[in-house]
Amino acid sequence: MSWFEKLLPSRIRTEGGSKKTVPEGLWSQCPKCNAILYRAELERNASVCTKCDHHHRIGARRRLDLFLDENDREEIAADLQPIDVLNFKDSKKYKDRLVQAQKNTEENDALVVMKGKLKGLPVVATAFEFSFMGGSMGSVVGERFVRAAAAAEEASCPLICFSASGGARMQEALISLMQMAKTSAALASLSGKGVPFVSVLTDPTMGGVSASLAMLGDINVGEPNALIGFAGPRVIEQTVRETLPEGFQRSEFLLDHGAIDMIVDRRQMRDKLHSILSMLSPPVVSGDVVES
Amino acid sequence: MKMNFLEFERPIAELEEKISELRHVAGSDDDIDIGSEIAKLEEKSKKLTESIFSSLTAWQVSQLARHPQRAYTLDYTQSIFTDFHELCGDRAFADDPAIVGGPARLDGRPVMVIGHQKGRDTKEKIRRNFGMPRPEGYRKALRLMKMAERFNLPVLTFIDTPGAYPGVGAEERGQSEAIARNLFEMSGLKTPIICTVIGEGGSGGALAVGVGDRVLMLQHSIYSVISPEGCASILWKSAEKASDAAEALGITAQRLKELELIDEIVQEPLGGVHRNPEATAADIKQALLANLEALDTLDTDTLLVQRKARLMNIGTFKEG
Repeated sequence: MSWFEKLLPSRIRTEGGSKKTVPEGLWSQCPKCNAILYRAELERNASVCTKCDHHHRIGARRRLDLFLDENDREEIAADLQPIDVLNFKDSKKYKDRLVQAQKNTEENDALVVMKGKLKGLPVVATAFEFSFMGGSMGSVVGERFVRAAAAAEEASCPLICFSASGGARMQEALISLMQMAKTSAALASLSGKGVPFVSVLTDPTMGGVSASLAMLGDINVGEPNALIGFAGPRVIEQTVRETLPEGFQRSEFLLDHGAIDMIVDRRQMRDKLHSILSMLSPPVVSGDVVES
Repeated sequence: MKMNFLEFERPIAELEEKISELRHVAGSDDDIDIGSEIAKLEEKSKKLTESIFSSLTAWQVSQLARHPQRAYTLDYTQSIFTDFHELCGDRAFADDPAIVGGPARLDGRPVMVIGHQKGRDTKEKIRRNFGMPRPEGYRKALRLMKMAERFNLPVLTFIDTPGAYPGVGAEERGQSEAIARNLFEMSGLKTPIICTVIGEGGSGGALAVGVGDRVLMLQHSIYSVISPEGCASILWKSAEKASDAAEALGITAQRLKELELIDEIVQEPLGGVHRNPEATAADIKQALLANLEALDTLDTDTLLVQRKARLMNIGTFKEG
C-alpha cells in the first residue's frame, strides 16, 4: 500500500484499485492475422479485418442489415417454429438443442428472410444464421426459403441468398434431405418465371445446402476465402489418405474450377450486386405497369 | 450359390448347416429314415427365420440393405426389363460406372432406366467405386433424363449407393452443382419419374436420382440423410454407436412410410431379396407397372403440379 492510499479513509479505498479492467468485447482478435482490432472499427468495416481483409463470420440479421437499404424492410415467415417430429435424441435431445440454439441466437431457426430494397431496387434477401446449429437446413429453413422464392416470384423481384451452413440437419433425418429437393424445386419454378437468383456463398457453405440451393444461382458469388464444398475436408482426407492441397475448397479454388462466377468483397457487395441485378430485369409485374 | 449369413442370422445358419449335414448322411445311408427329421428341421428353420425377421432393428435392416448378395441395378435390368442398352458418358469429362442407365422395355413399353451400380467382386467394386458416384455420374443421369423427356419415355430410377464420393476430383469437378442441378431439373422434367430404393439410399448421392412422382422402397432397404456410421461419429463421437444412430434416424421403409416420405413398400421374400431375387424382380415389376398406369392418366401439367406439391408438402413445423 502506497503512502497516499494509507492516507485515504477506508471507505474510499477500493480492492485492487490499481488494476484497470477493459470492458468486455471492446477488442477482438482476427483469427487470420491475429491482429487485435478495435471492435467498433471492425464493425464499421463490415466485420472485415482492417489489417488483412479477412472476412469475419457474421450473423444473419447483421448480414441483411449490411445488405439492404434501411427503409422498407419486412421480415417474411418469421413465425415458423421447428418441431421435433422424430423425437430425435443423440447425446442430447433435439428439443434441448433447439431451445439452447434459440436462446443463444435469439432466432427460432437458421434462416432469416426479408423483403426490402437494394439501392432502391426491390429484392427478397435471405441469410443463414450459422450459429444456429451450424446453419443446418431442416423443415423451417426449407419452408422459409420456399416462401422467400414465392415472394420473389410474386413480386417479380430478384432473390438473393447468403448461405452459411454445415448442410442438412441430421436431427430431422430424411425430412431434411428432402428440403434439398424442395428448395431446388422452388428455384426451378422461379427460374421458369424469369426471375433472377443470386447465390452468395459465405464461410462455410457445405453439404446439403451447397448441393442444392446454394449452387443454383444464375450468378454464384463467393466471399473471399470462404470454405465451400460438398464433403468436408476432414472426411475427404480420411478417404483419400493424403493431405489436401493448400486452398482446397476455398472461394478462389472454386473460381479457378469454374464453380462460381466471381469473388466479391463484402464491402462492395451492395454496389456489385445492384449493378448486375439492374441489368437482369425480371418481367414487369402486370398491374404496376401496363404491359405493351 | 452358397448363402451368406449375417451376424444376427447365426442361429438360422447353424440350423441350415445341420440340415445340410443330415442330407449328406441321408444320401449315404438309407437304413435310417432321415427324411422326416429333415422336414422337421426345415420347418423349424423357417419359423426361426420368420421370428428373427419379424422384429429387425434398423441396424439389422441396414446390413440387409448392404448384403453382398443383394440384387443390384444391372441384375434388375436383366430380370425386370428386356432390351436394355447401356448408354455411357456425360459428354464432358468421363463415364462414371457407379451410375448406369439406358433405354429398355418394361412389358414391351420403352422406358429410361437409371440406377446406381455396385460391384460384386473386388475388382468390380473398385471399378464401380462401391456405388459412390462422381459428378460425371449425375451428369450422365441428367443427360439420359433429358433424352427421356424428348422421347416421352418414363424415367425409372434405382437407388443403391452409400453416398456421393468424398474425393478431391469430385469436389474439383463440382459435385455440389451436379447434385443440385439434378434436383432442379428433375422437379420439372416433363415425363413421369418413379424412383425405387433397392438397397442403400445414401444422402445427396441417392437424392440426385431420387426426385420423382412416386418413391418406392424395398422392404429391407434404407434411405437416410447420412449413413448411420457417419451420423454416429458426428453426434455420438463414435462410429460404434451406428446402431443407435440407425434407430434415431428412422431409415427403414416402414418408418419412412409412416412419415409419408415414401409412397409404397415392395415386400421382400422371407430372409431378404437374395433368398429369391426372381420373385423380388417380379414384385418390383408389378409395382412399377401399376404406378406407371396411374401416372399415365395425368396430363403433363397435372403431373408437374402434383410433383411440385408433393415436394412442397415435405416438412414439419409450427406456424404462429
